[in-house]
Amino acid sequence: MVKTLQEINEKIKKGQAVIVTKEELLDLIEKKGIERVAKEVDVVTTATFGPMCSSSAYINTGHTRPKIKLGGGKATLNGVPVYTGFAAVDICIGATAMPEDDPRNKIHPGEFNYGGGHVIEELAAGKDVALEAYAYGTDCYPRRELKTWINIKDVNEAVLFNFRNAYQNYNVAVNLSNKTIYTYLGMLKPNLGNAYYCSAGQLSPLLNDPFYQTIGVGTKIFLGGGIGYVAWHGTQHNPSAPRGENGLPKRPSGTLAVIGDLKQMNPKWLKGVSFTGYGASLMVGIGIPIPVLSEEILKHLAVKDSEIFAPVVDYSEAYPQGKSDVLEEVNYAQLKSGQIKVKGKDVPTSALSSYKKAVEIAGILRDWIKKGDFTLTEPVAKLPDAESGYKVKPLNERPIK
Amino acid sequence: MTTSKRIVLTFPKKNIDKPIVYHLIKDYNLIFNILKASINPAEEGIMVLELTGEESDIKKGLDYLKKEGVNVQPLSKDIVVNWDKCTQCGACVAVCPVGALYVKDKKTMEIGFDADKCIACELCVLPCPPRAIEVKF
Repeated sequence: MVKTLQEINEKIKKGQAVIVTKEELLDLIEKKGIERVAKEVDVVTTATFGPMCSSSAYINTGHTRPKIKLGGGKATLNGVPVYTGFAAVDICIGATAMPEDDPRNKIHPGEFNYGGGHVIEELAAGKDVALEAYAYGTDCYPRRELKTWINIKDVNEAVLFNFRNAYQNYNVAVNLSNKTIYTYLGMLKPNLGNAYYCSAGQLSPLLNDPFYQTIGVGTKIFLGGGIGYVAWHGTQHNPSAPRGENGLPKRPSGTLAVIGDLKQMNPKWLKGVSFTGYGASLMVGIGIPIPVLSEEILKHLAVKDSEIFAPVVDYSEAYPQGKSDVLEEVNYAQLKSGQIKVKGKDVPTSALSSYKKAVEIAGILRDWIKKGDFTLTEPVAKLPDAESGYKVKPLNERPIK
Repeated sequence: MTTSKRIVLTFPKKNIDKPIVYHLIKDYNLIFNILKASINPAEEGIMVLELTGEESDIKKGLDYLKKEGVNVQPLSKDIVVNWDKCTQCGACVAVCPVGALYVKDKKTMEIGFDADKCIACELCVLPCPPRAIEVKF
């Protein structure tokens, strides 16, 4: 049984396609079996909503009178430094940037209440944001100072560009030391006091397309409440991560770089967040539709939480010291049960990725496609896969003497 | 009928060195568990207590506190979850020592807050990434 994307898109335009969310798919498979469902279902929507630090927004503010050259100068949005290494009025705000006077963790453990992610959320919400800039002045761009409110409605472009999102699986963090530690995977209580995981598990896009057969450069997606596209593979993309027999990676693996127009996004799906003792970031909502082109693709889509395994890693010593030790491998059904066993001890678990919001996004994307105007795209380039030998490497330090 | 009640007491500046809470045991037969005690910058004392005893004794004890100029407020009003800000991630769940923050439904993973269980220890406030948990005293 083979369907083409063109056939499926024709059905979508006619309102005849069968589109379900991943959760609905699991119910259908239980009732009807894989073979029948592969023929009947055309598109399955997958999704995730979690903290994604390598996210940014670039903006063209429009020129002032007289003109100013922000490029090579200094600028802040609501006190958060933005990157000005571009042309005159192009700036880029990163999710983890923080005001210069933020004490960070000088006052332990550090609250990190406001950062680039919060600014991106406020921009998406249509709020006025304060731009303050200092320039060195040139003959063609003589102005040296600018203090103005800007709003996403008025700027030329405001583009969300997240160069590492939608991680295909991730670590489960625990703390083997006897002191509380603060990490990007949460506040970890001493002596295996608690564990944090961060993945949408069975709903997660790349875990539903483990070999990147349908998701690639150019795939049209739900991003932050609006339309987006996969632009490239994300940083630290690691298709060569060890995989189980079902092809699912057992370590953090593939990643996506995604892009979309921030002007049509919604702060409900782009949330500035603070990780105590660690830093500020942005929670991003992503939804990716997967076309059921073959029974093989449906078999990958049938994956359940109990079949996806994640590594339990000690974040007090092993992780910071770059040691690849893994304490246990646990599956997402165990993680979601609220408790896992690590070194014989019962450890309570919590998530950082919102499964509930991921389910919502999958539903919204399903409804968009049902309406008939969201058709699926065929990738223009494939993501590097395991066969390519592409893998993530640590930094080979060569000290400068 | 024996019952437990959690209350937040605010002691005005003039009362902070007067033994008051001890009378709850001596005169009103109440057991109390101090969940939190601090002095705020305005030099008022703040105490979070769990009182256990006969319902009528608890009422009499609270009346005594009010007569002594202590402001009494039920605890459940003090930790508030801003559900608009909440991202339903569940980061708070494993941190809450009493299970007041919990996963309502393991299938949907919806997060719930049971104000009656909350002891206002505030451990959940900082681990909440969108800072959706607010403490109001």
